[in-house]
Amino acid sequence: MNVPSPAMLSAKNFKSDTKPIWCPGCGDYAVLTSLTRALASLGRPPEEVAMISGIGCSSRIPAYMNCYGFHGVHGRALPLATGLKVARPDLTVIAAGGDGDGYSIGGNHFMHACRRNVDLTYIVMDNHVYGMTKGQSSPTTEPDWDNALTPGGTGVRPFQPLVVALASGANFVARAFSGDIVGTADIMTQAIKSPGFSLVEVLSPCVTFRPEQREWKDLVRPSPVPATDDPARAARRLMTDDGFNIGVLYTGQRQPYRPKGSETEKSLDALCQEFVI
Amino acid sequence: MTSGNMLLRAAALAGCYGFMSRSSGPQIRGGEAAALIRLANGPIEGLDDRFDILLSVDWGNLDRFAMEIPLNGESLIVGDPAQGEMPPAMAGFGAKRLDLPMKDMAKAIPGGRANMIALGYVAGLVGLPDGMVDEAVRGTLEPGSEAVAASLAAVAAGREIAAAVDFPRKLKVSGPARAGRWLITGNEATGYGALSGGVRFVAAYPITPATEILEWMAPALADVGGALVQAEDELASITMAIGASYGGTPALTATSGPGLSLMTESLGLAIAAEVPLVVVDVMRGGPSTGIPTKSEQADLNIALFGTHGDAPHVVVAPNSVADCLATTEWAVHLAEEMQVPVVVLSDQLMGQARMVIDPPARGAYVGERRVATPNGEAYRRYALTESGVSPMAVPGIPGLMYTADGLEHNEQGTPSSQAKDHVAQLDKRQRKLSGGDFGSHCAEIEGEGEIAVVTWGSCTAPAREAVARAREAGIEAKLISLRLLAPAQPAMLAGALAGVKRILVVEQTHSGQFHRYLRAEHALEGEVRALHKPGPLPMRPGDIYQQLVEWSRS
Repeated sequence: MNVPSPAMLSAKNFKSDTKPIWCPGCGDYAVLTSLTRALASLGRPPEEVAMISGIGCSSRIPAYMNCYGFHGVHGRALPLATGLKVARPDLTVIAAGGDGDGYSIGGNHFMHACRRNVDLTYIVMDNHVYGMTKGQSSPTTEPDWDNALTPGGTGVRPFQPLVVALASGANFVARAFSGDIVGTADIMTQAIKSPGFSLVEVLSPCVTFRPEQREWKDLVRPSPVPATDDPARAARRLMTDDGFNIGVLYTGQRQPYRPKGSETEKSLDALCQEFVI
Repeated sequence: MTSGNMLLRAAALAGCYGFMSRSSGPQIRGGEAAALIRLANGPIEGLDDRFDILLSVDWGNLDRFAMEIPLNGESLIVGDPAQGEMPPAMAGFGAKRLDLPMKDMAKAIPGGRANMIALGYVAGLVGLPDGMVDEAVRGTLEPGSEAVAASLAAVAAGREIAAAVDFPRKLKVSGPARAGRWLITGNEATGYGALSGGVRFVAAYPITPATEILEWMAPALADVGGALVQAEDELASITMAIGASYGGTPALTATSGPGLSLMTESLGLAIAAEVPLVVVDVMRGGPSTGIPTKSEQADLNIALFGTHGDAPHVVVAPNSVADCLATTEWAVHLAEEMQVPVVVLSDQLMGQARMVIDPPARGAYVGERRVATPNGEAYRRYALTESGVSPMAVPGIPGLMYTADGLEHNEQGTPSSQAKDHVAQLDKRQRKLSGGDFGSHCAEIEGEGEIAVVTWGSCTAPAREAVARAREAGIEAKLISLRLLAPAQPAMLAGALAGVKRILVVEQTHSGQFHRYLRAEHALEGEVRALHKPGPLPMRPGDIYQQLVEWSRS
């Protein structure tokens, strides 16, 4: 396959020929478009990009892209991406998935990936529902949303991913809306460029099981204030916003994680000297 | 433990061989512990049936160890009168009882410690030369520190008392014949073997008794340009290792039973996505949290059968402390060659035992992965090759972009639920192992005889010793120790068992997991008996020898 020089890359160069399994109208199509545009604008050749995901509708995204990809097990996109990035710091590594994958079964990894602050971008396509299993409550679902598994709703307070990310140490926290392709691509570009762990939470409607989410387009608004680097201020904003402020909300100053190197380089022969009597 | 390590080092310096395993109480981080030591003039690999000397610095909780320290009428029990009466559990052996006022003697030396009195005393009893013991003390403690002078004085004081004791079982000291021998634990040997085999990424979650592998590797990996990441749990550690390996870096994680239970999830991912990976399980007593500080071989079943689906992978087991090095190297080699996860079943006994060994062979096996090169055609990551192994692209190579997948897929890696793709990929993954050439490292086969002991892992050392004793008693027996547990090699075992009429299967499990596995996968011709007992008591040479003798008489 002929890949143009980095300056000439377009979104098309990052799209594969595989037809998505997503329902018509799914927000994830637009996320795919935004992401491929962001990557094209960054000018990295596709072979230097790795797209890592877990399980769920949105986690299918690596197959729809033309770059290296890994569609792993449910909830574990972040450790997969962490291992890859630590071993191969030369690559651009992006993890992606949904709210169930990232915040429920992968919740522990999410918290620790934020803490660890490896130079990764994590894109969560949040539709407040388990779509692939036909509509159950996810961690971000409203407590009174009625469904077959939890009739009358879970009665459980929704998870606050951005607040948790900030408190856990993520270095870049943003919210995007899939319907805004240009804006989302811009946020993703900033996230990928930002050193350390970047969370891009994308409101991506599930028109099949949450048709009321079509209204999100009327609810979202650009964040009224620019991004802050003050975690306390960011925390106050995130704790009080209604979940529809769009934009980069926090950019920190933390140094990305790097495994501790050694000042002494040793050969295998030298290493075994400690065992010799 | 410190004094035990010094005694072992002194013996090594004196040209002797030695083996020290440790046993600790329920508190892993401290509390009472026993150093179980065997010293000999020739190479040894494990503990004997009984001990000649029990020296107790503190009687407290000794009864917890009583069953692990078999003594007899010829043994010597040494205790400190200041610690009160000997626990009744120890009285039953009829061993000779001596007093050593370690506490009072230590008090008389500024900075003196009871364990150094004990060291000097035991070293004196067994006849280790003064100079070697002192060198072992100096070599262990911080040079020039006050502890050195105090310890040497305490050792000398202990030695002086020992001089008056008539202890017949002295070592024949030939030294200093070091000849480059090593003093190493199984866990260190595993860590070194991993590096030597090519591992350059480790993801770690601490767990007893595997932690020392990870702790040894952390600085060593950095020294050779690799990296270690501490993960949040075992689900993450195995997945991180898979991520690194997908990126082209040979990767490993090490754990024990409870961790392997969690890792079983992504072991399946590595199998389906065909990502090379080494997972070391340093087995401890199970199920559940079990007995973290003591050995058992009962993770065999989960290592063989733990994953869901038809999931062919490799399971290997080192069979001595020294072999932890070579077999881990081999595991890296097999993982990389076959693009498959390899589980290495070590155990607490081998892992935490420290031993004097002859310099081991290194570098016999190195991981070499078949990396794909662009040839202008559309890349098929999971191409149906004859061997089942398909050249693997690594991120960064232009033109070979693909998505690795735990979903069933077609040759390109595109998810597929079609029957033909499922069957083709199942066949391919099985073919990699069924057609694999595992070479002579699969098993250790020694001796000839109509009776064969078939065993694995840390039961090999006592089995080998039992077979040697049987030979001295006129019973010719063969020893077969399997290093390759999966895929099973029925033809290889059948060849090894040719002419054998009686098979004694030896393992350290309650339910006879190894015996059942052998029955399921191999045609065992002739009479078969199974000697299986659970941990935490180690299999002893005498246990096996007795079976051989009784059976040969019947």
